[in-house]
Amino acid sequence: MRIKLEARGQQSKLMSYASPVLAAVLTLICGALLFWFLGKPPLQALHTFLVMPVSDLYRIAELLVKAGPIVLCAIGLSICFRANVWNIGAEGQLLMGGLVGSCAALWLLDAEGVWVLPVVLIAGVLGGAAWAAIPAFLKNYFNTNEILSTIMLNYISLNILLHGVHGPLKDPDGFNFPESAMFSDWQIMPVILEGTRLHLGVTFALFAMVAIWVLMSRTFVGFQIKVLGGDERSAHFAGFKEKRLVWLCLLICGGLAGLAGVGEVTGPIGQLVPNISPGYGYAAIIVAFLGRLHPLGIMLAGLLMALLYMGGEMVQIQLDLPRAITGVFQGMLLLFLLICDVLIAYRLVIEKSISKTTEPALSIEPQAVAIEGK
Amino acid sequence: MDLSSKNSRLFLDGISKSYPGCLANDGISIRVEPGSIHAILGENGAGKSTLMKIIYGVIKPDSGQLYWEGQEAQINAPVDARKLGIGMVFQHFSLFQTLSVVENIALGLDQNSASDLDKLAERIVEVSTKYGMPLEPHRLVHTLSTGERQRVEIVRCLIQDIKLLILDEPTSVLTPQEVTSLFDTLRQLAAEGSSILFISHKLKEIQSLCDSATVLRAGRVSGACNPRQESTTSMAKMMVGDETQISSEYPKASDSQPDFLSVQHLNLKTDDIFGIDLKEISFSAKQGEILGIAGVAGNGQSELLAALSGETKLDEANVIVFPESDLTQCNPMQRRAMGMGFVPEDRLGHGAVPDMSLRDNALLTGFLQGLISRGFLKHRAIENFTQSIIDKFDVKCRGQSSLARSLSGGNLQKFIIGREVLQTPKCLIAAHPTWGVDIGAATSIHKALIALRDQGASIVIISEDIDELFTISDRICALFDGELSPIKPTDETTIDELGSWMAGIFARQQVA
Repeated sequence: MRIKLEARGQQSKLMSYASPVLAAVLTLICGALLFWFLGKPPLQALHTFLVMPVSDLYRIAELLVKAGPIVLCAIGLSICFRANVWNIGAEGQLLMGGLVGSCAALWLLDAEGVWVLPVVLIAGVLGGAAWAAIPAFLKNYFNTNEILSTIMLNYISLNILLHGVHGPLKDPDGFNFPESAMFSDWQIMPVILEGTRLHLGVTFALFAMVAIWVLMSRTFVGFQIKVLGGDERSAHFAGFKEKRLVWLCLLICGGLAGLAGVGEVTGPIGQLVPNISPGYGYAAIIVAFLGRLHPLGIMLAGLLMALLYMGGEMVQIQLDLPRAITGVFQGMLLLFLLICDVLIAYRLVIEKSISKTTEPALSIEPQAVAIEGK
Repeated sequence: MDLSSKNSRLFLDGISKSYPGCLANDGISIRVEPGSIHAILGENGAGKSTLMKIIYGVIKPDSGQLYWEGQEAQINAPVDARKLGIGMVFQHFSLFQTLSVVENIALGLDQNSASDLDKLAERIVEVSTKYGMPLEPHRLVHTLSTGERQRVEIVRCLIQDIKLLILDEPTSVLTPQEVTSLFDTLRQLAAEGSSILFISHKLKEIQSLCDSATVLRAGRVSGACNPRQESTTSMAKMMVGDETQISSEYPKASDSQPDFLSVQHLNLKTDDIFGIDLKEISFSAKQGEILGIAGVAGNGQSELLAALSGETKLDEANVIVFPESDLTQCNPMQRRAMGMGFVPEDRLGHGAVPDMSLRDNALLTGFLQGLISRGFLKHRAIENFTQSIIDKFDVKCRGQSSLARSLSGGNLQKFIIGREVLQTPKCLIAAHPTWGVDIGAATSIHKALIALRDQGASIVIISEDIDELFTISDRICALFDGELSPIKPTDETTIDELGSWMAGIFARQQVA
């Protein structure tokens, strides 16, 4: 017996949009089973996991606070992925944005005025972009695989950040805790909804969504990015400047991830701490694909991902389950999405073996060994 | 099954095979007699290749029966076909470039005959000399010319006892002289009693070689004939149907025009180990003329095209020049801005992005036609441009949003030619403009090129199709191993002369 995948003739556009929904539903079903195996009433657990996080205004605001950085990173990643630039480094770029932004904030700790916050934010954006410039440079001039370089840079940036909070950036009056000094009021994002932690930074995600949508669907640069990802040889043929596009994609993504990072330290956290991100940059990869690399889809997927983070905390408090549940749900979501995408493009064919040929030597099947004489 | 088919070598009865969205073979019945050279004639997409793969056991038919020498036969895999004595030479060779001839041939044999390579080498020499296609068994395949590689494929079939040899478009990779010697071999084989299935769409070849022919159109048998008793026109009608117009002749351009594009001492070392270095290539194309560059694939065409389009960068200056300006250091986009247009070798994945719409693919190279303002796309203008390509070049598609990959090869080629021609370039470089395109589409592409020429454009066409080059070019030359032959007006040369140029027989240009 042999199992193989056979390409379906016509691919359904509807199904390609239905795939993320299907993946979400399958995740819910398997999640319910998981809770059941863990000895918790599945429906109640799902309720705790998915409904309680949005049961009142404060919690909805918390959801948005979490969704903000995820969406910013995912939108940046979507441009890279459209161009076939496999940037896995949004996490590192986010951390760098937070770190450089914090440096600026600590340097300006005594400064007053409305200009302080923008300066801090710009420093964060530049930090993220600079961190993304490293893989762009390596890819363009040394043909380095950006998947490897961006992943490795994630660890490097985390360690630089840890060095900072344990060393030069540590609050001298902080009883030796690995934290920086608290930022001043001029450096903290204003809250935009009274009684919650919903801050100005969340609106950046909305602006980024619109801006990137315009870039990708309305401008020639966006078109060039799509061509580069769709078919590199055609982009070369048309004379598009590939290296410049790679720079652009990575710098935009790094900038947005850096903004997400500096938005966290100047927003809900208010100082530099060792763990400014619970893996937002990695979750954003799933969000980008779940949202079909489309800004609106990314927004919805980002909200779902934020819900998983909130739900993870909820079940930890309410049901005494480990926080790793969030990671399990993220994994299931990505897995089901990939499965759905494959099965939408291909059908599974199970062949009963027909011939028990005992062919003595290996035989050349022309399709298997199509080495074309040039 | 009637009695007479008892004596037939192969009898196909009502073979059908469908793929999602297309019926490739629809109730095809064919009879092949021993010692006969039987042509399977049809355009691209008529179902020829599918049918041959069914006979060779690569694909299983949905329905229908196959009889071998009067017996019902089950061919589940190429192994079964080879046991019966069926051999096949594919259009794209299945040879390992880094292995020697004898090693490649041994791979296709069973263990007993493959174990002694020396014996096999002797047998290869014996068989190949007997049939007039000498081979050196210990040469590495990547050092062989395309024609020699084809010999390896044929000899691989002949080493076993062969009763039916299938050749899929064998002449498309050969020079005219090589074609003649291949035909001699095939006639000798047929005289010894082997049957030959010869797949082609070149009518003249079929007339000179084959004694019977089956014509396929859109997956069905549309006619059977003796090619020697038919005219090429009547066979072409069977292939394409009555409604399609078949081209004949175009007037040649007068040669009083000044030079436009000129290429001087183009030397280029390739990075690709299987690539070809370009050596001292110099030519010029006049305004209002079509210059044809013939040559067997893999003699430097890709390298020349990439140098002309700017995809490969050249170090020197003044290699590729227009009357007023030097283009050598310009990138593809700048060359377009200066009035060049390009039709690349591969339409899908070079000339067009497979998963993008026709609208996006029109923009891919048409962006200088007022489709962009201050970096923003002008959607209305893009739609109009796309629609005019579709209308003027009769591109059959569902609409502007159709993906490039959903178009048939011929329609996509019409779209790409249309996209370039409608930009009215001053100089158009086109590679294989009608490769794999049906006769109707080829005619309309030829007409568009001639019309562009008559508007004063200078056009360079690189093609493997000699008939095409003789039909549309005003002057002609050939590329061999990265070197260019002399250029002559088409009227003053012959197929034989061009053939010897394609085989590298011409006076070399002085290396400066």
